[in-house]
Amino acid sequence: MFLIHCPYCGEREQSEFKAGGEAHIVRPKQPTELSDDQWAEYLFMRKNIKGVQFERWVHTHGCRKWFNMVRDTSNDEIKAIYKMGEKPPTKYK
Amino acid sequence: MKNKYSIISLIKNSFSYHENWQKAWGDPDPKKEYDVVIVGGGGHGLATAYYLAKKHDMKNIAVVEKGWIGGGNTGRNTTIIRSNYLWDASAGLYDHALKIWENLSQELNYNVMFSQRGVMNLAHNLQDVRDLKRRTHANRLNGIDAVYLNTEQVKNFCPIINTSPNIRYPVLGGTLQRRAGTARHDAVAWGYARGADEMGVDIIQNCEVKGIKRSGDGVEGIETTKGFIKTKKIGVVAAGHSSVIANMAGLKLPLESKPLQALVSEPVKPIIDTVVMSNAVHAYVSQSDKGELVIGAGTDDYVSYSQKGSHEIVEGTLNAILELYPIFSRMRMLRQWGGIVDICPDASPIISKTPIKGLYFNCGWGTGGFKATPGSGDLFAHTIANDEPHKLNAAFNLNRFVSGDLVDEHGAAAVAH
Amino acid sequence: MTNNLRVKSSKFIDETYKISFKFNNKTYYGYKGDTLASALLANNIHLVGRSFKYHRPRGIMTAGSEEPNAIVQLHKNTSRTEPNVRATEVEIYEGLEASSQNCWPSVNFDLGGINNFLSPVLPAGFYYKTFMWPASFWGKYEYFIRKSAGLGKSPTEPDPDIYEHKYIHCDVLVIGAGISGIIAAKTSAKNGFKTLLIDEKPHLGGSTIYQNSDHFKINNQISSSWLEKEINEIKKIDNLKIKTRTSVAAFHGYNFLLARENLTDHLPLHQRDEKVRHRLLKIRTKKVICATGSLERPLVFNNNDRPGILLSSAIEKYSNLFGVACGQKNVLFTNNDSAYETAISLFQKGINIEAIIDNRENVDSKLVKEIEKNNIKIYKGYTVVNTFGYKRINKISIMQLSKDGQKVVGSKISIDCDCLGMSGGWTPAVHLFTQSGGKLKFRDEDQVFIPDTYPSDQISIGSCNGEFTLDEILSSISKKLKDFLNIKKTEYENLEIQSHFNKTKRNIWLLPSDKIIGKTKPFVDYQNDATAKDIKLALREGFRSIEHVKRYTTTGMGTDQGKLGNMHALGIISETAGSRMGELGTTTFRPPYTPLTFGTIVGRNVGEYFDVSRKTPIHDWHVENKAKFENVGQWKRAWFYPKENEGMHEAVQRESKAARDSAGILDASTLGKIDIQGTDASEFLNRVYTNAWSKLAIGKCRYGLMLNEDGMVYDDGVTTRLDENHYIMTTTTGGAATVLSKLEDYLQTEWPELDVYLTSVTDHYATISVCGPNSKKIISKVIPNLDLSDEKFPHMSFKNTKIDKVTCRVMRISFTGEQSYEINIQANYGKSVWDKCMQAGKEFNITPYGTETMHLLRAEKGFIIVGQDTDATMTPIDLQMDWIVSKKKYDFIGKRSLYRSDTIRDDRKQLIGLVTENPKEVLEEGAQIVLDANKSPVEMLGHVTSSYYSPNLKKSIALGVVKGGKNMMGQKLIIPMENKQINVTVTDPVFLDKENKRLNA
Repeated sequence: MFLIHCPYCGEREQSEFKAGGEAHIVRPKQPTELSDDQWAEYLFMRKNIKGVQFERWVHTHGCRKWFNMVRDTSNDEIKAIYKMGEKPPTKYK
Repeated sequence: MKNKYSIISLIKNSFSYHENWQKAWGDPDPKKEYDVVIVGGGGHGLATAYYLAKKHDMKNIAVVEKGWIGGGNTGRNTTIIRSNYLWDASAGLYDHALKIWENLSQELNYNVMFSQRGVMNLAHNLQDVRDLKRRTHANRLNGIDAVYLNTEQVKNFCPIINTSPNIRYPVLGGTLQRRAGTARHDAVAWGYARGADEMGVDIIQNCEVKGIKRSGDGVEGIETTKGFIKTKKIGVVAAGHSSVIANMAGLKLPLESKPLQALVSEPVKPIIDTVVMSNAVHAYVSQSDKGELVIGAGTDDYVSYSQKGSHEIVEGTLNAILELYPIFSRMRMLRQWGGIVDICPDASPIISKTPIKGLYFNCGWGTGGFKATPGSGDLFAHTIANDEPHKLNAAFNLNRFVSGDLVDEHGAAAVAH
Repeated sequence: MTNNLRVKSSKFIDETYKISFKFNNKTYYGYKGDTLASALLANNIHLVGRSFKYHRPRGIMTAGSEEPNAIVQLHKNTSRTEPNVRATEVEIYEGLEASSQNCWPSVNFDLGGINNFLSPVLPAGFYYKTFMWPASFWGKYEYFIRKSAGLGKSPTEPDPDIYEHKYIHCDVLVIGAGISGIIAAKTSAKNGFKTLLIDEKPHLGGSTIYQNSDHFKINNQISSSWLEKEINEIKKIDNLKIKTRTSVAAFHGYNFLLARENLTDHLPLHQRDEKVRHRLLKIRTKKVICATGSLERPLVFNNNDRPGILLSSAIEKYSNLFGVACGQKNVLFTNNDSAYETAISLFQKGINIEAIIDNRENVDSKLVKEIEKNNIKIYKGYTVVNTFGYKRINKISIMQLSKDGQKVVGSKISIDCDCLGMSGGWTPAVHLFTQSGGKLKFRDEDQVFIPDTYPSDQISIGSCNGEFTLDEILSSISKKLKDFLNIKKTEYENLEIQSHFNKTKRNIWLLPSDKIIGKTKPFVDYQNDATAKDIKLALREGFRSIEHVKRYTTTGMGTDQGKLGNMHALGIISETAGSRMGELGTTTFRPPYTPLTFGTIVGRNVGEYFDVSRKTPIHDWHVENKAKFENVGQWKRAWFYPKENEGMHEAVQRESKAARDSAGILDASTLGKIDIQGTDASEFLNRVYTNAWSKLAIGKCRYGLMLNEDGMVYDDGVTTRLDENHYIMTTTTGGAATVLSKLEDYLQTEWPELDVYLTSVTDHYATISVCGPNSKKIISKVIPNLDLSDEKFPHMSFKNTKIDKVTCRVMRISFTGEQSYEINIQANYGKSVWDKCMQAGKEFNITPYGTETMHLLRAEKGFIIVGQDTDATMTPIDLQMDWIVSKKKYDFIGKRSLYRSDTIRDDRKQLIGLVTENPKEVLEEGAQIVLDANKSPVEMLGHVTSSYYSPNLKKSIALGVVKGGKNMMGQKLIIPMENKQINVTVTDPVFLDKENKRLNA
């Protein structure tokens, strides 16, 4: 069970949080102009990285705020956490 | 020819103190080139190689496996086998597999201990009842032997279930598929490996794929830790690691790999002789031939390749187990473990060609792939050999995520299948 | 032979406190402080159980949690029965009843013992090779296999005990209270760290505490005396918590650990009622110090499993700690100095030692010399080649080892004995360390795996780190603790240590025999009867990885999880395959370290606490009025209110009719309610619902449909505009939480520019819906000041008003098709307003109705229920609700997905109505719908989603989804049931009041 540092509340047990999948998949601004293929890419296709992944989490049983996490999915090590809208830390790119 | 396995051969070999048994499969170095390379030596991959050799007259086949065969989800699942799926396409796929299961031990000359002890799915609320009835009606019309049971019939079939109306989520009914059951997971991988090996398939263990070499619109071969292997056809059956391999070919898949946990109790004398699955309260239990209660837990909600999940998942599962089986409170958890399951958005698998010629994927089985092993191998072999899907796996193509023609098995299949 | 093998008294045993217990129905006595194992041994009982496969007689082998053989069933045939309990871990109590397992009719005469004679044809994996003919017989074979497998028996009654969970947060957790753990805990606590010290035993001090030899001294005191003083000191430290009888089960990432504290298992049964049996400690700690010790290795030789064969260290412990001699003619068999420690202990207590067999040829350490001085015969360079005695060892034969240790030479010597102690050196207990993700390295000189890299803030100290001697441990511990705790000094820097232990060891994984291996039974895994020849067979058959061999032979898969034998299995594999030990890797140690009772893991989350029950403020009224309830998510909803002898059908028919004829009342408090505020609230709704919201006037309500991004219907409900920038959204009962989190997700991550705030207010309001032709009259009595005229308060609008002095919101909205008012009032007034409505409605026969009637009434009107009439494959177009999908809006969640090649097909499943040929025949919800039931395979067009007998229309009605149903009005279709076919006709889904006249009637 991870120990997650919520950027708003501080360190909390993982059981207070929910994961929300890959981060930085921006919802297309003009979906109607996309082909079915492009829309499917947004809707379903995921990097599903083994290694350092950027992902979204939400403090469901806390402040209900969404934030981003950089985590190594091969060993579950949390590398960084940053707020929504903040730039992702470049050292993991 | 391999020694045939039988009680006679066991007795015969006992006189030479079992010193003369042959290798069940070899340990070859990779050749320079194969007609087909299967990536992933789990049950599905080995079955694919077996059927390629057996039914499609291909001989120059390799299975490359990062670790040891059957060491991934094949050897980590709770071995439930059933075919009572809702949609026609799923029912066709899983029942095809179930029919092969019924004679698999004899076909492979390897006892996979397919035990048709029945699988019961329980309903705990009114919508469960509707869903299970809907599924039972569909099953019946699809020729699948499912029946709906009321609470009393559930209790008769499995007396240790707590069917009291006073529990938090009482059992309102259930379905039963008698042809369904369990099998010995390791034996499936080993039996297919032995069968494939006998037909000349090279099973190459400790051989990790590092890259896929493309040429034009097709593939040229794979880079592995044991060198480059040339091939025009690559069938990837890498379960939780499917996306990793896909990324090597510049492909993205609609998959997320998540931890799925399971556990067994200490072995006890027979106490439950069927498989009971409860979707609503998340409890799946059966008893192995060794006597252990085999309990499937759920998936965590985050991507992970660490083969570990969080404790709450196990705790939640056991909460549900004790709700339904209060007599198990003093039983003890002996072992728990995790696997990595590749989950599709519609909870159905992908057995498909890809936009890259000669590259095929068999993945997305999520939490329920074991049951499909023989059928999946058979249909994937067909797809690779003919460069065309079989009609039974046509619906499980990659393009469905573009067209929207999904095979959504969330509702009617148990969440963790 | 005497039956009392108590030797000189031990201070850990209270001989004034006699305890009686039963073993296999016979009464015995022991003392307070005994384990079941020590008490049995004191009564000269070694034979305790039978092995899993061959049913060989087995005895007590160890003195701890690694015990593979001596496992028993406690309190057979009672609710407190427990299978597979290690006799070495049970502290005896008055009334304890234990019995042998896996034997029939008795442990002395077990018919299963025949398997031992069949063993030549039952090698590893034999079942994969047989039982295949005839195919149909597997079920029968399996029946017998299952019957003979298993160990103890599952309880068959609910557990009378209670369990609980406790969270603990600390700075430093020390696991294991042996000498290393005591020193670590004291140092940590004295330096201000909040420290927790845990040990599985009832007493502190590990094995040092019963160490009596003056060969091991600290600061010139016998090590046990020195340690005792330390223990007395740490008990006084404030910020040090000590938990004994507590075993750490799992070490997860981020220093999260689970431990089981055993609170009552050592008490007599009558003292256990109402007490918590086990407490699961959920520990989150900044640092972990593993001082988990090490396990002595057995030796692998022919017939090394007989009752009377124990680990040498266990014999020492039984003698020193429990004051029990394991035998009267003892032989020790060793490859290192440990057995000499045992020998010296026994000698001091006057217990007879016949001989010591030592693999090593040249040994002359101080300990060895001391034994020689006392004229105990030592066979140097010898090995045991066989043992004799079926239910208790009575003889061994030994032979000399060849120089390379691969063969035996010379002639056989027989030695009579009734107890054989073996020592194969020590294996660090690295289980928890590896569970945490730690990587091991192999140390060649003594063939052990020790911790290498740590994945979290932790260290391993003492023998679990491969430091096996007192001087090794004490000379390094101070520096280690200073580095780890980042402190300047400790009080253990200049200890004067005297330790006479020679570390030489002659490690031979599989000892040679004079017989060919095929004729021997050198056990590696005692419980599962896996032998060295099984391992060799697996390798011969092509199994190469340790995991393969383990699974094929079942080595390490017993309830002891291979604590004793896994290293030997690895060793034999590497020797046979010619590979280096370190390169093979190890098997994975999976949690828990020792088996954990389900009840402990579950804690209090059983019975009524299995899940939260959410109840409305009016719940008690429903109970008093005999409502039947249905579970909707966590909510308890009134389902129907049967009167006298009514069944569900009669009740629902009555309720439904009353609601349409006069007035009905529904507790709708469970509907999800989300308060939406902000200057962009309208824009936000535009984006999340399929229809347009900007132009909704203040004070008006509108029905909305919400899609998933994949275009499928997700939730629905009525949303009301309370003010310019203020809406209240309702959701389905089951969907409330997920809708809110989905909306928050979009708001925070996709549209952070929107000025919108969402608050869940579901529990803040009670919602009472009064419907029917007389609803207006009833509401006017309850809220006399409110103008209910259709002009002032038309359908789909809302009013802020007061009942007495309490503000409330009244919406005129309808899910039944009847004129209908919904009062939303602060939850704590819910019950009184309900009472007011009932009172006011009395003259109109106001009838409370439940969810079933609500479902029926809405079906008459063709209103859908998300989740019942939809299943995550239905678009709004499929539901024939095109009208609610705005064509003008540029975008909303799910819009793009509605235009994919599959979602625009005409022949998708679409919502339709169904009427049966026989109006009395009610369809089964879930039944499939076909055109031609005789076609094979039959093509299923869709299914019945909702079905009722309508008392208002006096006929059966149903909703369903059918392929291309939109264009099938009037089409005859068939519902093929198991034993009949039902003819139906496709109709419009709106069965009643198509013109919506009743809304304003």
